[in-house]
Amino acid sequence: MSTSNKELCSKETAMMAPTESPIIHLASRGISPVILLIGLYVFFHGHYSPGGGFQGGVLLAAAILLLRLSLGTSLSQPIMPSWITLRLSALGALIFAGIGLVSILFGGNYLDYHYLPIPWLDPAYLRYYGILLVEVGVTITVMTTLVAIYDDLLGC
Amino acid sequence: MLEFIQGYYAYIFLATAFTIGLYGMMVKQNLMKKVLGMSIVAATTIMFWIVGAYKEGAGVTVLDPRYGVENPEMYLNPLPHTLMLTAIVVAVVTLGVALALLIGIYREYKTLDEPTLLERMK
Amino acid sequence: MKTLQYFLLLAFLGVLIVAVTNLPPRGDVTSPVHQHVNPAGTPVAGTYFIQHAYKDTKTPNMVTVILADYRAFDTLGEVIVVFAGGIACFFILNVGRRKP
Repeated sequence: MSTSNKELCSKETAMMAPTESPIIHLASRGISPVILLIGLYVFFHGHYSPGGGFQGGVLLAAAILLLRLSLGTSLSQPIMPSWITLRLSALGALIFAGIGLVSILFGGNYLDYHYLPIPWLDPAYLRYYGILLVEVGVTITVMTTLVAIYDDLLGC
Repeated sequence: MLEFIQGYYAYIFLATAFTIGLYGMMVKQNLMKKVLGMSIVAATTIMFWIVGAYKEGAGVTVLDPRYGVENPEMYLNPLPHTLMLTAIVVAVVTLGVALALLIGIYREYKTLDEPTLLERMK
Repeated sequence: MKTLQYFLLLAFLGVLIVAVTNLPPRGDVTSPVHQHVNPAGTPVAGTYFIQHAYKDTKTPNMVTVILADYRAFDTLGEVIVVFAGGIACFFILNVGRRKP
């Protein structure tokens, strides 16, 4: 709570971008959707190629953090607000644990995807979709936690 | 001798890098440099496992229809990759918590130098 | 004091290099960790996962299968650790600032 820290977080400086350069603004706003798209590809294609929940989540977080770095915290709020990050993180962990609880409720062990209530699928394909659902939770948690740590470290 | 170098250069390089990280954690007086040393140690441990998973002439751990599953020599060992995949993310989060603690220390004591910090904590 | 620290680090480096050169060389296919059965007579985990991953889950990427199916407890723990790290950062940096 030094004076310099207060000046850094005052209303006027928080509304300003860290840099005035139009090249950096344009470049980051152009690259960020591409990184988002690559992150979604890495996540959804994780069953067939190297990739998966952790890597896709880190790439999605990288796209948001690029906007946070170049445009500033307040101007990049619409893509991911600061108040929602920790709640989404809890939601991701809850999805993961909830899949396990569902398979307990239908008679199996914890996190045993064989017992998920989708009756018209083979057990092997049940495990396929169980893995996909679990990876959704992992992706949400990793992405939002990295953004939340960045926001907290900046302190604005 | 050439065979020895080919077989062990990665391990020796990693042992050296591990010692450099440990040097940062032991000798340096600045807390930020200690955190950097911790990060180097974490990265070195991760790379050590990945080197241990390597097989000569093997491909990535995605099932290839040309090879099938009958000869496991065609795929890298997937278990160390999995363990280190989770370890990378945890290392990043540990780094974040360490930086947060450093920011808290700096707000309270206005220094990150260890002898000065011990002086001011009295 | 500094000299003792440097000496300790050099001794540690020597111990590490001696230990590391006793490992099987890099890329050795005949090392015990890459076999079907290890010297103690029990099956090796990596080879088992390679052979059974596609049959069990119809997913070609073995790393994903191990991450989310065989070792799902491990991954659940990791996700909770990541979440706890985010919560810890939030409380370390924000709680003291409310009451100056």
